[in-house]
Amino acid sequence: MAFIHRVGAKSYAFADLKELMAKATPPRSGDMLAGIAAASAEENVAAKMCLAEVPLKAFLSEALVPYEADEVTRLILDGHDRAAFAPVSALTVGDFRDFLLSDAATPQALAALAPGLTPEMAAAVSKIMRNQDLILAARKCRVVTRFRNTIGLPGTMAVRLQPNHPTDDAAGVSAVILDGLLYGCGDAVIGINPASDSLPVIDRLLKLMDEVIRRFDIPTQSCVLTHVTSSIALMNRGAPVDLVFQSIAGTEGANRSFGVDLSVLKEGTDAARALKRGTVGQNAMYFETGQGSALSAGAHHGVDQQTLEARAYGVARVFEPLLVNTVVGFIGPEYLYDGKQIIRAGLEDHFCGKLLGVPLGVDVCYTNHAEADQDDMDTLLTLLGAAGVTYVMGIPGSDDVMLNYQSTSFHDALYVREVLGLKRAPEFEAWLEKMGIAGADGRLLPADAHHPLLGFVADQAA
Amino acid sequence: MTARDPWLSFARHTPARIALGRTGASLPTAEVLRFALAHAQARDAVHTPFDGDTVERDVRELGFGTVRVESAAPGRDAYLRRPDLGRTLSAESRARLGALKAPASDLAIVVADGLSSAAIHAHAVPFLSALKPWIARQGWSLAPVAIAAQARVALGDAVGELLHARACLLLVGERPGLSSPDSLGLYLTFAPKTGRSDAERNCISNVRPEGLSYDLAAFKLAWHLKEALARSLTGVELKDESDLLLVDGRPPAAALPG
Repeated sequence: MAFIHRVGAKSYAFADLKELMAKATPPRSGDMLAGIAAASAEENVAAKMCLAEVPLKAFLSEALVPYEADEVTRLILDGHDRAAFAPVSALTVGDFRDFLLSDAATPQALAALAPGLTPEMAAAVSKIMRNQDLILAARKCRVVTRFRNTIGLPGTMAVRLQPNHPTDDAAGVSAVILDGLLYGCGDAVIGINPASDSLPVIDRLLKLMDEVIRRFDIPTQSCVLTHVTSSIALMNRGAPVDLVFQSIAGTEGANRSFGVDLSVLKEGTDAARALKRGTVGQNAMYFETGQGSALSAGAHHGVDQQTLEARAYGVARVFEPLLVNTVVGFIGPEYLYDGKQIIRAGLEDHFCGKLLGVPLGVDVCYTNHAEADQDDMDTLLTLLGAAGVTYVMGIPGSDDVMLNYQSTSFHDALYVREVLGLKRAPEFEAWLEKMGIAGADGRLLPADAHHPLLGFVADQAA
Repeated sequence: MTARDPWLSFARHTPARIALGRTGASLPTAEVLRFALAHAQARDAVHTPFDGDTVERDVRELGFGTVRVESAAPGRDAYLRRPDLGRTLSAESRARLGALKAPASDLAIVVADGLSSAAIHAHAVPFLSALKPWIARQGWSLAPVAIAAQARVALGDAVGELLHARACLLLVGERPGLSSPDSLGLYLTFAPKTGRSDAERNCISNVRPEGLSYDLAAFKLAWHLKEALARSLTGVELKDESDLLLVDGRPPAAALPG
């Protein structure tokens, strides 16, 4: 269906919903690279105005990625809950923004609505929202998940402890785990990106994390961020797998480029749950996403990268994950050019994920060839804290020495807790107090030179 | 005012920035500035203009013939935004390589700035100097060394094809990390031609004195090239087994066996 919007004497035509969505997206390099971005600032706003008048229902009858060609589209449309959609079924995209920001959109109302929304609806409304709208609406969405602790309660923010090492060295990994725990981080997950794909190496890392969690009775979970098929193979050999990781994207083709489809994700979820390693819940998956991955894989179908990112959350939610995060600044400046684009995308991703009922965290990050620096990350972290982000990354000194990029640090987590009063997952907060790492108010106590955790690193180095 | 972390001794196990200490919730001043310096160096590595003249002069002094090429990216900003342009030769460069009417050779070498011209300035010539004896010992014929500006890895495919080389070795400045702003990468592609995928290449990464030494990298590259020419392939099917030939962790001095 074609769309036309007049601005004064000029009229802008958009061939279909897909083109309208792309032209209405706030400017970013990835859509320019794909050749689908608005040609002028005026066309961008004309598209937003036109999109605001589109009924939400239109997204149920006009698929942006063809139903026949793409299992993600089929998953989204076949799984759509019409009863949940009913309260907003008569609204346009513009009305929907007004509803989300109104007092009628309570946390309870938004939670009930989530199964009735498609990722395309979430993406559409985000395109006509300002940053403050994305923050305010996301803050009202409550998504709570559980494995060995409770993630996502109001007033909390969790941290993934990311102890990467260039050669997966046991003592090196242990030293960073210790550093993070003593800085009060690690409630979301202790999650390693391995340098090696070798199964014996990954098995060793899993055992290392399992040992530290058991020895000190830490209410958290571990994950090695390897391919889902590797995790399945390791579970079959009896390896201690808590969370199963996989990178996912918003089209079938992009997922194939990652070597996965919906059936293997289901297989991974079922295998992890069968181990029953969670103590307070069985949300056992961990997914990563990021704008630009479908274009990078040549599988974007001419759809803008932000809409495809929201579709990745549509994939994630059916597997009831513990954690999902966008790696917002990781993919590089050809997709998000500078700090301004990274900040905007981080807020969009967080809002869309939460609105769809996904426990969204953000890897607040940048590479050294992007026009961004620590000041931009401070800004995005603070905004996401205000928006109620589920979790962020914790990397010593912000410098990931294996993946060569900068993310948020253990210190950054302390900063945002101090400024915004955010607590950790309650079970983990209680553990920190029991271990004498933090006081009853959650603030770190002076470091103890003889803390029992120090012995663990010495053992690994021996 | 600043609290030190009593586990500083564990920093010897990892290059990660652990035990930084804190003042309240925040990093001590010295750490904030140390980080800013590392980021500045990595940024400069991306944006330092490529000094093709000096690189070409030094490569010629090693005894190699040279030819200058550039990608279709008109500047650094376009290069960063449009990876497709960095993989394509400019029309002028295509014409220049075609006009050489280069005779068939075993190897074309491309020196490409990539994302770190600093890596090329620091390590390209020392690495080629280490590689030269292997080329002589194995008797490989060489096309002129292409000095390539605003170039990504896949640019080597077109260069190797136009120079009629059986294989292409591309030296490239890797994406700079905070702790490694000048890391050199080596990409070897058998039967280079436009459209090759990354799965059809072999990569040797992190070539620099603090990472993989020039001598070891040159040996590994020679091992890969010999295998590639003998088996007519590179990529995922060519697994690195060069370590089997090391003697006490050092490359053998003589020619490769077989």
